Amino acid sequence: MSEELLNLTLHVWRQDGPNDSGRFETHKANDITTHMSFLEMLDVVNEELIENGKLPIAFDHDCREGICGTCGMVINGVAHGPQKLTTTCQLHMRQFNDGDEIWLEPWRASGFPVLKDLVVDRTAFDRIIQAGGYISIRTGSASEANEMPIAKEIADQAMDAAECIGCGACVAACPNASASLFTAAKISHLSLLPQGQAERQDRSRKMVAQMDAEGFGGCTNHGECEEACPKGVSLRWIARMNRELVRSMVKADAPIENRKR
Amino acid sequence: MQRALTLQQTTIGKKVIMALSGVIIVGFTLGHFLGNLNLYLGPEAMDGYAEKLQSLPPLVWGTRLVLLFAFGAHISSALSLWVRNRQARGSRYEKRKDLATDYAARTMYWSGPILLLFVVYHLLHFTILPAHPGEVYRNVVEGFQNPLIASVYIAGNLALGFHIFHGIFSAFQTLGANHPRYNSYRRDAAIAISAAITIGNLSFPLSVLTGIVTL
Repeated sequence: MSEELLNLTLHVWRQDGPNDSGRFETHKANDITTHMSFLEMLDVVNEELIENGKLPIAFDHDCREGICGTCGMVINGVAHGPQKLTTTCQLHMRQFNDGDEIWLEPWRASGFPVLKDLVVDRTAFDRIIQAGGYISIRTGSASEANEMPIAKEIADQAMDAAECIGCGACVAACPNASASLFTAAKISHLSLLPQGQAERQDRSRKMVAQMDAEGFGGCTNHGECEEACPKGVSLRWIARMNRELVRSMVKADAPIENRKR
Repeated sequence: MQRALTLQQTTIGKKVIMALSGVIIVGFTLGHFLGNLNLYLGPEAMDGYAEKLQSLPPLVWGTRLVLLFAFGAHISSALSLWVRNRQARGSRYEKRKDLATDYAARTMYWSGPILLLFVVYHLLHFTILPAHPGEVYRNVVEGFQNPLIASVYIAGNLALGFHIFHGIFSAFQTLGANHPRYNSYRRDAAIAISAAITIGNLSFPLSVLTGIVTL
């Protein structure tokens, strides 16, 4: 938490492509101000790499204001780094000390194959959403905003679940690389609201089947995902997803489709 | 049949099967512990209790059948999830820091096989090859007077305590018992049930070792 300039040693996962086995590379990050964000620090390192004719470290980023869910890497063994409730882009260098060694790794999961360096393919999440994370609505002219009354408590809960930005930190942090927290947040968000009732019966089965088909592991209730989640999405949604799934198994009789990627 | 099959096909369904079979086993363990309290009432009470149970073959064999089924379901689901969860990580992290995982959760895959071995030993010791058939009190006291045997029971029950602590908490979560007002009690309930069974079970070998219970 100081004003000084930091000199850091980075151990960065470098992987040329999906089929490369990958290795760690050590880079120096010198004269880093504590006001920089973590990604700005990497920008500085990359500038230097480019100047020296080397390939820059590839990492995902977009809004850099902690709301889009694009960025993310495992920093010293913790998804999104040491600050709670914070995405990598909103992590600032004041969280580090001069002389620190920092290990940078991509999300490691079979469902998230590494594309290059710290960039992973998270389209598995898109396919889980496509499987059932949608609602049927009447298109055409906009309906009256208060046509459908929703209790404040329900709206608040749905919003809590909907805070998930789909960054994948839950998968990265889970000892089983399970996508339960992500899938549960989406299922819960939609199942709470009246707009989500039309597909409710099938949604949990379709999304869970897709989650399994993507090769993610199962939940063992360790709670690592909740701790790593930059939006504080709660484990209670996983309990809700489990209940939704059993409920749909008991109520409907269509078998789960065997989905392939 | 289709419904049972589809449930078993999902990771969540396997967890539900683990939770339900776990609840059956924990329920039996609790009853088993309460019955064993007869040890403190002396040889007549203990042997009488055992005879009473043996005079009810449908109860004994019904319980055994249900337990066998529960163990089978529990272990096969665990193995299947274990294989899947290992594959799901792919490559390992060079650095990895646990933020929330407690000792019990971390050691589930160890405490499980240890408990299986302990149950097999326990059955051989008292049920299948007892030193003095029909004399339950004598078998227990003479067995626990041997520090080696007593320590096997102490270790086994410590593993049991950790395993069912995480198991009971997980069962609430897996079976969807979740309510913001009561969620904090789920951990308390897991601690209370696992501590009661573990401390109670540990008291048997310890009270024999310390001479409180004698022949």
